Amino acid sequence: MLVQQLANGVFLGAVYALFAIGYTLIFGVLDILNLAHAAIFMLAAFVALSLAGLGVPLVLAFALALVVAGFLGVLLDRVAFAPLRRRNAGTLVPLISSIGAAIIMQGVARGIWGPDEQRFPANALSTAEIHIGSLTVGALDVVILAIALVLMGVLSYVLRSTALGRSIRAVAADRVAAALLGVDIERTIALTFFIASALGGAAGILIGLQYNSVSLDMGARIELKGLAIIILGGMGSVTGAVIGAFLLGAVETLSVAYISSSYRDAIAFGVMFLILVLRPTGLFGKRALRAA
Amino acid sequence: MFEFFAHHSKLIDQIGINALLALSLSISLRAGSLALAQAAFMGIAAYVSSIGAVHLGWNLGGAALAGALAAALVAAVLALPIGRLRGVFLAIATIGFGEITRIIAINWPITGGAEGLSGIPNDANTLSIYGTLAVVGFAIFLFGRTKLALAVAATREDESAARGVGIDVAGVRMGTLVAGAIVAGLAGALYAHSNFFITPGDFGFGRMEQVLVMCVIGGVTSSLGAVLGALLMTVLPELVRFLHDYREVSSGAILLGIILFSPAGIAGLWQRRT
Repeated sequence: MLVQQLANGVFLGAVYALFAIGYTLIFGVLDILNLAHAAIFMLAAFVALSLAGLGVPLVLAFALALVVAGFLGVLLDRVAFAPLRRRNAGTLVPLISSIGAAIIMQGVARGIWGPDEQRFPANALSTAEIHIGSLTVGALDVVILAIALVLMGVLSYVLRSTALGRSIRAVAADRVAAALLGVDIERTIALTFFIASALGGAAGILIGLQYNSVSLDMGARIELKGLAIIILGGMGSVTGAVIGAFLLGAVETLSVAYISSSYRDAIAFGVMFLILVLRPTGLFGKRALRAA
Repeated sequence: MFEFFAHHSKLIDQIGINALLALSLSISLRAGSLALAQAAFMGIAAYVSSIGAVHLGWNLGGAALAGALAAALVAAVLALPIGRLRGVFLAIATIGFGEITRIIAINWPITGGAEGLSGIPNDANTLSIYGTLAVVGFAIFLFGRTKLALAVAATREDESAARGVGIDVAGVRMGTLVAGAIVAGLAGALYAHSNFFITPGDFGFGRMEQVLVMCVIGGVTSSLGAVLGALLMTVLPELVRFLHDYREVSSGAILLGIILFSPAGIAGLWQRRT
């Protein structure tokens, strides 16, 4: 029973992690809270679903939707954040413009796909189950977990060992110094948005597959959990976001199994509140937080 | 003229309530703290006033005062743990507080749970809503002429300098949070008493975003701006009904347009010229 719940928590946590990484990357690099991240998460799921509905193989639909999500992220930055960056608008104003962008994306999705929940084509998803001892897991869940882990692995490689990763880390650490050292700031930010949004989109598609349900409000349901995760892990820390996500996945499934499902989400936000008050740097964050 | 009001009385009431909410947020933003708990304060007052009215037979005045008082108490307690937080971290902590409040409202039997609380007397009308708005507006105007208003502005502009000249920064922040909660509470009570029923979802993050948008569109620290922002963002969805499923796009585009082209919001349009 406990092992089964923990397994479920891992499946949930992997998707949470992909979502939260995107959030925390953008915060780490730009110090802004991008509330349109959840809208891209939702749009990517709809794009993948529509492609699958047109008969595109699921793997290809996934990859294409990822690219669409990435470019949406770049567009989001160009329209909603770049003009504000040029006039040093602080933290509140970009937060609002990201809400504006999210409202637009939500409206476009409602216009194209209508207000109703949608499902993937009936034969597209495997319903096979794998039994390991007393443990039962869906083959689909295992595939989703594998995809999530591969994407996280790729991201970790990019951040640690490539020129782009060095640029991203340099801009996150100190934008002015990075510019002086010849890092192309705008290009680095655009690529950060591409990566963050593609990962957020991947999370949307995978959660859509996991529950076989894609809906307009799926973004709103994960948005605030994503916040709880990046606070738990420490704002701007990718490792922290991954660990925070798996912790939240485990806590959620365990609290449903052993405590009660009704207060499940209150636990996440309660922990988030406590961490902010007691240890605002989270489990892994290092940055100074009290700058106004 | 009379017919216009009769046809749109619901919308006119909604504008007044939203104006109160936008004002309530602008009060805490005046001290520079991005505390996003307005929807929760509104919800607490809405539930206290409705439960009082339904179970104890309170009239509108008593229910609204009790609701606002409850919101103020919660705000005063909340101010203690979040006192150290600034900027985005304060915003996130208060969003978390709002979610916890909403989840409690869903699970606490006395609130009627997710299905909501019904049978609330429908005794708030346009007069009581705009009367409240006028009183609140006048109170903010009077406050603006006191020395305390300078302390609030100083806290917003430069916290360490404010502390340096002896301003009790923590007190200012708590005071504005509580004052904002009272106004949000009045709005919540009026909201509950002009609808027949309320649900926890009415006071969630979606509502908070809406209030934030109205306030910032108006121009963060301008009272008149906040009222105009509320007017614009409440009426706009009605004006673009012909866009059907695409009508959210226009609200988003206007919001983005104002943010990008007039950083100080609607208020910035006239402040810049004077």
